[in-house]
Amino acid sequence: MELTRRDALAALGSGGVVAGVGVAGLHRSLSELPDDGRDLTPERERDLLVAVARIVYPSELDGVSEFVETYVAGRAADRDGYRESVRAALVTLDERARTWRDAEFLSLDGAEREAHLRELGVDAADPDPTGTDAERIRYFVVNELLYALYTSPTGGELVGIENPQGHPGGTDTYRRGPR
Amino acid sequence: MSGDRTPSDRADVCVVGAGPAGALVAHQLGKRGYDVVVLEAGERFDPADREERMERSIRPGHGPLDVWEMGGDRDAYSSSGGIEYPLNSARVKGVGGSTLHWQGMVMRLHEIDFELASRTGVGDDWPIAYDDLRPYYAAAESELGVAGAADNPFAPPREEPFPMPAFRPSYSDSLFAEACDDLGIAMHSVPNARNSEPYDDRGECVGFGTCKPVCPSGAKYSADVHVRKAENEGVRVVDRAPVQRLVHDAAGDSVESAVYATPDGREHTQEARAFVLAAGGVEIPRLLLLSASERYPDGLANSSGLVGRCFMDHLFAGMGGTLDEPTRQNHVGFITSESHQFYDEADEDVGPFKLEFLNYAGPSPVEMALSGDEWGDDLLDTLRDGYGGHVAMGALAGQRPRERNRVTLDPSVTDDHGNPVPEIQWSLDDRTRNTLRRANEIQRDVLTELGVDIEWSVGPENTGPAFHHMGTTRMGTDPAESVVNPELRTHDLGNLWVPSSSVFVTSGAMNPTLTIAALALKAADHVDEAL
Ligand SMILES: Cc1cc2nc3c(=O)[nH]c(=O)nc-3n(C[C@H](O)[C@H](O)[C@H](O)COP(=O)(O)OP(=O)(O)OC[C@H]3O[C@@H](n4cnc5c(N)ncnc54)[C@H](O)[C@@H]3O)c2cc1C
Ligand code: SF4
Repeated sequence: MELTRRDALAALGSGGVVAGVGVAGLHRSLSELPDDGRDLTPERERDLLVAVARIVYPSELDGVSEFVETYVAGRAADRDGYRESVRAALVTLDERARTWRDAEFLSLDGAEREAHLRELGVDAADPDPTGTDAERIRYFVVNELLYALYTSPTGGELVGIENPQGHPGGTDTYRRGPR
Repeated sequence: MSGDRTPSDRADVCVVGAGPAGALVAHQLGKRGYDVVVLEAGERFDPADREERMERSIRPGHGPLDVWEMGGDRDAYSSSGGIEYPLNSARVKGVGGSTLHWQGMVMRLHEIDFELASRTGVGDDWPIAYDDLRPYYAAAESELGVAGAADNPFAPPREEPFPMPAFRPSYSDSLFAEACDDLGIAMHSVPNARNSEPYDDRGECVGFGTCKPVCPSGAKYSADVHVRKAENEGVRVVDRAPVQRLVHDAAGDSVESAVYATPDGREHTQEARAFVLAAGGVEIPRLLLLSASERYPDGLANSSGLVGRCFMDHLFAGMGGTLDEPTRQNHVGFITSESHQFYDEADEDVGPFKLEFLNYAGPSPVEMALSGDEWGDDLLDTLRDGYGGHVAMGALAGQRPRERNRVTLDPSVTDDHGNPVPEIQWSLDDRTRNTLRRANEIQRDVLTELGVDIEWSVGPENTGPAFHHMGTTRMGTDPAESVVNPELRTHDLGNLWVPSSSVFVTSGAMNPTLTIAALALKAADHVDEAL
């Protein structure tokens, strides 16, 4: 199944972002956002997010890269402190790869990336915006990505619900029978 | 506006609490030209933050009380008496009150609810009848904006149509309908305080599916709507201004002022000609008890000794499981069908109850995804397995009024201002247990007929409250046996009105807020007459 920019906009719409700035006002890419001085370029930030998305999203999805960047850029512009927290969690993820595996996260192959996340304990961690490293990575990276996907119509449809909770999909779908 | 928290120089009416009761009274009296001040303990939430609150409600990492920032010293309480009462899940403090969080089901009580003692020998009759409240019910429906239909054969009489058409039945309702048909159980629509079409400058429901605890679109009614309308009529609303006590005149005949605290640590005194207590069914009795004086050592308006007593809530009964086919749950966060068929069969042994057919049975995929230990394809498989065939029924049962169930003060625990916290003493009686058992029987029949693999049930052993706080300043004509009169004025103090579910004499089994709204409109008329 194909994820599109429209899905990202829908997911942003659920979060009120589109309502706030309008579609035209949305940032399309992370590089349009102000530099926070952290040692993480926007390209690398995007690549890390997309790398994690490819692990936590179902393999049948295409279009992950554009979806993720549109979503995160849109959210970052809307919420104070949000992007810093996401970036801090990404930096932690990468640093741990360097110290534990002597390699950058992005230079690991898919299986190693996933193993790294599990070794960090991110799979079993309780998401917590103010918690341990694993809990913050779970909250700001993994759950952020899962929230974006599963509140979007395409993500919902994967599971069989085209109007998932958190998405304003109108009042027709609840009356429809299975297709 | 919310910066200045000093008292108004001159006020006709001081309202305590900005939930639906307080907001409606304030709006009505403001419209009629009175100077009204509303003192609200909680804060004024920014409507622009609602999506973020919705996200908090969906995403693990935030407690359920975080959505509306409940809890902490301000909201401390004690619970005893048999069943634990989770008070802070059962209310919100803020401009809009508990309707910020509520579900928005709004039914009228039935005629039998007002004359339960005469008809069944249980509890007491109300001093007013359904017909007395009927015009106020219609007005309340138009104030809140209710979507409903005239297809309920068990509903009490009404002439006027609902302000908006009902939400149409869900797909899962149509599955239930077949089973209910075979069993001779009639299903019908549910009145919802939720826009099925644009109404009163608010848009129609867009299907976020998170109505409880937060509707980001504003399609669900919440009382901040009437706070805004009241402010447009010149009413002053002061947030973060918890009233600490009421002070009466030397003779003890009327209330002179409300003493309230502000965030800067100061106390202020608001005087007024009339006072309206609209702080909800727990804080109203608490405030009256906290206002004890030499003249009234047992608390204000408490000559009967009944302030805080006869606390009632509705009890939940439910059952659910899975079918071998998709049931299309969790698209919206409200219900579209109920059955009130068994309601009027209440007798000495079994109380009134209503049946609900849920549209949000089983887990929502988003919430499952965010709290699991898996990701990728494994997660998707789990979500597909987990979502799909769930169905569930709910029921609300009424509880009989008993003096031992009460709100009192717990002097061993104090709130952020040093006041004793409310203690909820709560227990179940046999009739209520019978009612839950009876509701479970019918639920089991329906689910069995439908072919459901029943996986869980909530009945007399594990029931919980529906968060409707009733009975703690009951209404009556005899000052020895009630706290307020049929005009909702306290027997003891001539300028103190209480529009709240706290005046309910019996609980019925319908969600209470439409009746609260009707009583608020009625109280506004009585305050107006008195002034
Ligand atoms: C989860 C949930 C779901 C619900 N669903 C439904 C439903 O579907 N249908 C229905 O009919 N009802 C429902 N209810 C109940 C409904 O919310 C209440 O009946 C209704 O809000 C009561 O209105 P009120 O104005 O009397 O009190 P509230 O709405 O509780 O408002 C009281 C206000 O007074 C303020 N206050 C308290 N003490 C003081 C003080 N000392 N000084 C100043 N201010 C004070 C509080 O901060 C609060 O804002 C639900 C409630 C909950 C919690
Ligand atoms: S489904 Fe509920 S939360 Fe969503 S718009 Fe409708 S009323 Fe609001």
